[in-house]
Amino acid sequence: MEWTFSADLPIYSQLVAQIKLAIVSGVYLPGERLAPVRELAMDAGVNPNTMQRALQELEREGMVYTQRTSGRFVTEDTKVIESAKKLLAEREIKSFLAQMTRLGYPKEEIVSLLKASIEEEKNNGDMGM
Amino acid sequence: MATWECKSLCKRYGKVQALDNVSFSIEPGRVVGLLGPNGSGKTTLIKLANGLLTPTGGELLINGQKPGKATRALVSYLPDRPCLPEWMSAEKLLNMFSDFYADFQQDKAREMLEKLGIDPKQKIKQMSKGTREKVQLILVMSRKAELYLLDEPIGGVDPATRDYILETIIRNYNPSASVVISTHLIADVEQVLDDVIFINHGQIVLKSSVDDIREQQGKSVDAYFREVFRC
Repeated sequence: MEWTFSADLPIYSQLVAQIKLAIVSGVYLPGERLAPVRELAMDAGVNPNTMQRALQELEREGMVYTQRTSGRFVTEDTKVIESAKKLLAEREIKSFLAQMTRLGYPKEEIVSLLKASIEEEKNNGDMGM
Repeated sequence: MATWECKSLCKRYGKVQALDNVSFSIEPGRVVGLLGPNGSGKTTLIKLANGLLTPTGGELLINGQKPGKATRALVSYLPDRPCLPEWMSAEKLLNMFSDFYADFQQDKAREMLEKLGIDPKQKIKQMSKGTREKVQLILVMSRKAELYLLDEPIGGVDPATRDYILETIIRNYNPSASVVISTHLIADVEQVLDDVIFINHGQIVLKSSVDDIREQQGKSVDAYFREVFRC
């Protein structure tokens, strides 16, 4: 997995966000066993305590669970995953709208721009790009 | 019990006050960055912990003991400049470390030499500066110590090796051992640290967790350091 970190946020919360994204986008499948903390920490290049803290937070949110003897797993509850996905989507949309509003576009125009943009992408796709 | 504890520690070189009333403790299982500008007292602090210097005042304890023969078995120390016998090969050094330290894992050291492409038969004097630093670090990290004191471990090596060193620190992580890294290359080590200690003019300016700084200041430790120590 590719990990990237920005300078202005705590590392553990960025780990939470990136693992969550991996779960909702299906990189990690429901019920899949996660690698041990140390391996995940090495992969991300972060301190194992920080990775541990991130996983505990994900556990608190119900995205992952621990089985005493066999390790940590992604939740099998697809409802939890779906609602996390929806929450992320809503947040993206909110920030997109805020940006567009800052640029001075009224709501209706944002919708038509978005539609046009999607159309264009579709056409480009047809041309094999 | 704290792995490393300082109580009102002072060190004076003649008229120069190198450390002034320094108190802190480092718990087991922490990776701590000792950060400060040049001449702030980092190396003095680390040398005191190794018993290479004696305090002018105050107290320093490693696992509850004063630095000495017993603590040297617990502390694995990377000096700020390589000090390996020039005429020896890496191979011979591994044997020497096995003789000196009961906790030295020779197989691990060999594996790291191979990974970094260092010929065990090569003599230290034939090695480049960076390679010498790598050998020294391999020796230090191949011990199963309670406290690793790394004085500028990444200063002289290339970025790929830097990554490997940091990866090694993470791989080596042991909940009962602590690692202290003194450096001014903060951006490179920030992600592997639990806590940071800022030191300036021989005094502790700040001790905090990395994520607390990021949370409270909204910036990286590197950026915060630049702000605190602006020239």
